[in-house]
Formats: sequence, C-alpha cells, structure tokens
Amino acid sequence: MYPARDWREYPHRYRLEAGKCKKCGKILFPRRLICPECGHREFEKTILPDTGKVVSYTVIRVAPSMFTDQAPYALAIAEMANGVKLTAQLVDCDVEKINVGMEIRVEFRRIQTDDHHGVLSYGYKFVPKWY
Amino acid sequence: MVGIVGYGAHIPRHRIKVEEIAKVWGADAPSYKKGLLLKEKSVPPPDCDSITLSVAAAKNALKRAGNINPADIGAIYIGSESKPYAVKPSGTVVAEALGATPDIHCADFEFACKAGSEGMFVALGLVKAGYVKYALAIGADTSQGAPSDALEYSAAAGAAAFIMGSENVIAEIVDTYSFMTDTPDFWRREHEFYPQHAGRFTGEPAYFKHTMGAAHGMMKKVGMKPSDFKYAVFHQPNGKFPQRVSQMLGFTQQQIDPGWLSPTLGNTYSGASPIGLTATLDIAQPGDMILMVSYGSGAGSDAFVWKVTSRINETRDMAVRTRKLLDENLTYVDYGTYAKFRRKILKNK
Amino acid sequence: MREVAVVGVGMTPFGEIWEKSLRDLFVEAALAAIDNAKVDHLDYMTVGCMSSGLFVGQEHLGSVMADYLGQKNLPAARVESACASGGLAFRQAFVEVASGMSDIVLAGGVEKMTDISGDGATYALATAADQEYEVFHGATFPGLYALMAVAHMHKFGTTRDMLASVAVKNHHNGSMNPFAQYPFKVTLDQVKTSVMVADPLRILDCSPITDGAAAVILTTVDIAKRLGRPYIKVLGTGHATDTIALHSRADLAYLKATEIAGQKALKMAGKSLKDVNFAEVHDCFTIAEIVVTESLGIFERGKGGEAALKGETGLEGKFPINPSGGLKSKGHPVGATGIAQIVEVYKQLTGQAENGRQLKNKPKTAMAQNMGGSGGSTLVHILEVA
Repeated sequence: MYPARDWREYPHRYRLEAGKCKKCGKILFPRRLICPECGHREFEKTILPDTGKVVSYTVIRVAPSMFTDQAPYALAIAEMANGVKLTAQLVDCDVEKINVGMEIRVEFRRIQTDDHHGVLSYGYKFVPKWY
Repeated sequence: MVGIVGYGAHIPRHRIKVEEIAKVWGADAPSYKKGLLLKEKSVPPPDCDSITLSVAAAKNALKRAGNINPADIGAIYIGSESKPYAVKPSGTVVAEALGATPDIHCADFEFACKAGSEGMFVALGLVKAGYVKYALAIGADTSQGAPSDALEYSAAAGAAAFIMGSENVIAEIVDTYSFMTDTPDFWRREHEFYPQHAGRFTGEPAYFKHTMGAAHGMMKKVGMKPSDFKYAVFHQPNGKFPQRVSQMLGFTQQQIDPGWLSPTLGNTYSGASPIGLTATLDIAQPGDMILMVSYGSGAGSDAFVWKVTSRINETRDMAVRTRKLLDENLTYVDYGTYAKFRRKILKNK
Repeated sequence: MREVAVVGVGMTPFGEIWEKSLRDLFVEAALAAIDNAKVDHLDYMTVGCMSSGLFVGQEHLGSVMADYLGQKNLPAARVESACASGGLAFRQAFVEVASGMSDIVLAGGVEKMTDISGDGATYALATAADQEYEVFHGATFPGLYALMAVAHMHKFGTTRDMLASVAVKNHHNGSMNPFAQYPFKVTLDQVKTSVMVADPLRILDCSPITDGAAAVILTTVDIAKRLGRPYIKVLGTGHATDTIALHSRADLAYLKATEIAGQKALKMAGKSLKDVNFAEVHDCFTIAEIVVTESLGIFERGKGGEAALKGETGLEGKFPINPSGGLKSKGHPVGATGIAQIVEVYKQLTGQAENGRQLKNKPKTAMAQNMGGSGGSTLVHILEVA
C-alpha cells in the first residue's frame, strides 16, 4: 500500500466521511467534485451512520494474494441507515449463517498488511449488530 | 471537579479454552485452571490489533461522554506493549479515526501492563492543570505468550478508554499515587517476538510488592482503609493474583468481584485493570468509592481513588456494558486457528 | 454516415498458449482476417486489450502491432474498456469507416494472460472493478458477480440449477467450436459440485484465464461488394457506462448500461428485439448471461434463469444465446472477446459456423453484447446478412 494514497483515503476509510450535495441533498460516498444527480458542485461534509442492513453478500473462497490467509471470508454490500450502499468484509460471524436483511454495524479494523515492513492499512468492516 | 466523563471497553469475540492449549503441549489443564484461576481467554482475529481495539473502546467512551465533539479532545495517550508499529504512534491513527486531529497532543506509553493507567494518570493531570478540556487515555493490548509457556494460557486482548474532563463527570478523581522501583520480573528485548519472565520472581518481589506498596501509599494519602471503599480493582494477570492481593490488603471478594474479569478474559495487559474499572463503573452507584491499582512489570503500580457521581445512572447504558462484551456472543477457536490468528505459524517464504 | 460491413474474420485458438507471445497472437489473428477478407491494405487499426501493461509489461500496442503486422506507418489505436475492450475496438473501427475517415479498418482484440502468476492475473483483472472501494476490501471478480447472483436469487428466486444450465448449454455449444479452450460438455451435476469460488459461484460458473486474439475487417458495403467476399452489415452500435462500483447502483440485479446500449444499437439499426434471431453475450459468469438477457429485454426481469433452464437459449431454442460456446467454454482472453463475438456472428450469418453449431433457421439478424467489469461499460452491436 502506498503511504500517500492510503493517507488520502483516511477521511473515507477511517471516519466514513461523505459529501452531501448542497442542492439536491444526495449523499455521495466517497465525496465527489460534481453531483451525478443534479450536476451541482458544492457539498457539505456528512458522516455515514455506522449501522445498516446486508443487501447482498458472498463468501470469497479463492482470495487474492493479500487476503489468502483470511479465506474464506464474507464480503457484503450493506445499505447504511441513510440509504448509501458500501462494500466491505463481514467478519466476526459464521459465513454459513449470513442472510440478506441481516443488521450490521461498522467497526474499525485492519484491512491490508504489506508483509513485514509496509504501512498498515486500516478501514471499515461490517460486523453483525448483536447489541 | 476532575474525573472520568466518558468510559468504554472493547473485547474481541473469539475465545480459547485452557484445555485447548494444554492439549497441544501435553500440560495438565486442571492444574493450570486451578493454579491460575483461569478458564479461557480472548483471542484477537488477525484484523484486530491494539489500534483497532483502542478505536472501538474510545467510541464507547465518546458515547458515554454524551457525544462530545472529538475535536475538543486535547490529548490522546495510548498505553500498550503490543503496538503495531515500533516507531509510529498508535495515538495518531486512533485520533484520526475519531476525528480528533489536528489540535491535539499525543504520546504512546509503555510500561508493560500499566501503560494504560499511565495514560490515565497523565490525562487527569493535564485536565486538572487546565491545559486541555478533555484528555483521552486508552489501555489496549493484543499481547503474545510464547508457545507452551505459562503465559500462553493468559495472554489475551482487550482495551479500555477513558475521557477525562471537568464537566459532567461520571467518576471524580479524588487522588492518585504511584509506586515504582527497577525490578526485572518480565521484559521483552527489541526485535524479540515473545517476552521473557523470571518465573516465581514475578510474584512477591514484583506484583505483590508494588501493588501493595501503591495500595498502602494511596490509602495513607487519602486517609482511607479497605472498608471505606465499595469496590477495588487490581491488575489481573490471572484470576489468582488479584484475589490474593485483595485478601492480603484486607478487601473482600464482593469488593473485587465486579471488576474481576480475568478468569474468562485472560490478561489484557495494559487493558487489565482499566477494563476491570469499566466493568465496575457499569454497576456502581452514585457515591461509591473505588480503589484502582494497576501493575506493570519492570516494575510499578499506579493507584487511583474514584468517587462515582450521580451521572453514572444516565451514562452506564449509553454504550455496551463490559460484562456483555465478556460473556455474550462468543466464538471458541481451536489451537490451530488460534496459532494462525496470532501469527505463530512460520510460513516458508 | 456510410454503410459499414464486416468482410473477413480471423482468430487464434483460445487457451493456455505458452508458445505464442502477445504479438504472435495478435498478428496470427490479424493475418487470418486479412487473408479471409482478401484486402490488399489497411487504412487504420484498433487494438482492443485490457491490460497488456500489467500482464506482460507492454503498452503502446498501436505501434507494436502495426509494426509486427508489417503495416508500416499505419495509424493504430490501443483501445481499453476492461472486458469490453474488444467491443469498443469494433465500435471505434465502425465509426472510422462510417464517418468516411478510413475505408478499410482492422478491429482486433488480444490478451496474453498466462505469462504471469494466477495472483498477478487476479490483480490485473481486478483493475476493472473499483480499486479503492471494492478491490481494497477483498472483492474479486467472482465475488462481485456472486453479489449480483445473491441479489438476483433473493429478488427473483433464481436457482442454482438455473445458473448451472447456462454453463451446460455453453459447453454443449463450445464442444463443437474448434477454437474453444474447453471443447467438452459438462453436466448439471458437474457444475453444481465443482469447487466453490465465491458463494454461490463455483469454478464451472466462471469463465477461465485465456490467451488468444481475434480480428475482423470492416469496410464500406460498396467496397465489400467489389471484393466479392461474403459480408455482413453493421446496422447499429450502442455504448453506455454505469457506475464503476456495484454498490453504487440502485438495483444490484440489473445491468443498466446493457439496457441502454442495447436500445441505442437497436434504434440506430431501425430494428426491434423481435427482429433479432440470436445473440452472443458476455457470460463472464453464468449469472452474467442471465442478467444480460433480462437487461437486453430478451426475457422478462427475473425470468432469464428459468428460460435458460428450459432450453430457450440453446441452439434449437426460442432465442439462441452464445452459439460459440460463450466465454465459459470458448475462453475469455479479455481484450479479444468482443471481437471473437463478431467472428461468431459473421460465421453464423454467412452460414460458415463449424460442426453442428450452425443455427439451422437461417438467422438474418444478430446482436453482440460485450461488457466490462461488473457492467461498468457495455457495447452492443446489431449485425445483419448482406
């Protein structure tokens, strides 16, 4: 992971910072320069809620090299409480027991580690909302 | 009034039982369980480290602080002996994740198991001196025990976070005291993966001497005796030590019970007595006096006398209670999975 | 705009072709097309290739391929749209001829995927998805299409058997294609018990890693007539994009870019779907074929799986899909696929499809749909007999 690129993503990965179009109110994650709905170019900062529901999921069994030790892992698309959809791993659960509609919450976790000397990449993952 | 305005803990979901570890090394599980008063311990999955545990605990602390603006946190101190980076503070990552940067002071603390309470000690001082509005102190660890070593049964993972401030205090700090000498009971040299310890020397001249030294010094300073306290929390490397030291000091089992988590949690090192404090606050009542004494090998103990305020009633359930994190929704792993999670397996490059 | 025709085609066998390099493959297919069309020169060339840079460290393919094809100083353009690079190369070539800029254009596609490790190939392919918000979190291509499959199954009750039937049908067709990577039949059971890649997609639901190239010659209908070679007309081209990330779409079980590109192509061709006799579509995964047929409007939403299971997309079916064997059986050298689809359409419409693959009911009009990533870009072309 390249340090500069990682660092640039902190507002999104670390804090779920999104942009809300000042004209039509559409919430865009990540933030954009131009609203795809109305073409407006000004946004206000908003934070995505940290709870949502699984809209679709799969279990990755043949993983890319960075993730082989984690396989099998669940990957899900969740719709957050404000309607925005995100893709992330769904962890701390039995991969055979996931279902569409399951409630999740976001947790801060390690996403990628570059061997022994690279910078550590942190970000968001989903966990079942059990409390 | 200065004290805790928000507190929270975080414990990972996975556990491994003493029997599971003993089986692999041909050890006698019942005698370990009896000798250490330990049944099982928490295991961090590979995507959890002391930074991620700190973020989760801090978020719970922010909830109980009534969702103060993280930008108002003027200092962040993470105490850990299992930092992901040898050089690069954990505190910067946690502060960034919470949205507390850039007007903030940061330092990582190390003093074996008392690194967390050190952060608390310093955070309180800064707030009392009027330098910052809020100071966040976290004790977090995902420590390792060498395979087949006694420490492997107890080295666990967990974090506790405290936001210190002077408004809307949940538990007031009455006084603090620290007791420290150079005592080589437990250490880890640079570049080593596992720590070393001095066997039975880690008991009387180390844990007991410093815990008792700090406890006595603290009680003398505030003119209190054991029966003046409702609860006491001691460093808990296993179930046995805190139970014994509390007896030696004159505390009862009921006084240490709410914070006595190690039998099913293991030793969360820098998180140990701090997590015990969060569990105690979860059930405390306004007016309760709590004595907390941490211990860190090397060696030293930090003591704190807390007085719970009426704000505990509205805040205890603003975030998940520590006991719930300890007891519910658990996944047990076998030794192979545990070794894989904890990177104890050598893969040929 | 001038009327455009495809007057010759060529392709290499698709598979793990260790002895041939990226250039070898492209030139072999290009020469086959040039020979087939019997053209004596080229005015322009497009080279569809997803990622020669990541696979073999070579960019600047316009120059490389013009050079190695012996076409001195030929203007040539490398074109990229992930797995739709071939389709885009075809469209750019069409526009070049239709606009009057060039008379004879070679549209080629190539991918050399086996010179790097499986991991390297997976990484290169993943660049077709959202690097930051999908791939960074551990998404793979089978994973993304699995997410689409689960959404489709949840919404419409599409079953495991329906997915498998697409692979069975495509392998049946591919077993008769001499250029196919896997020219053998498979059974429903074999598909359903093959190793799981990303639930619910198994290895036999997924198209393979393949080396290969394909090329076609486009020219004006007038020139085609003068050449006296069999030709087909390119009646319409449609092109659309969609969000790069699957999660940004309102409906995970639908391919909006495919719908729009399809409608644009049909409108330009002055045709409707009922005029179309068969289609070559982008079955990178079995679920993709099902969702594509629904998004093109060939089957009603939610009914694509059932139609496949009932045999409606087979060679004798109501609407044959992928008589070539599709990406599943024929192989998927990424940049070449879109062109290989045109090769099949040409063969079928001119009655030249090999073995038992030739559609019997004298097809007149065909559709080719080529898609990139998880549907982020789509090219659709409508072609007709002379």
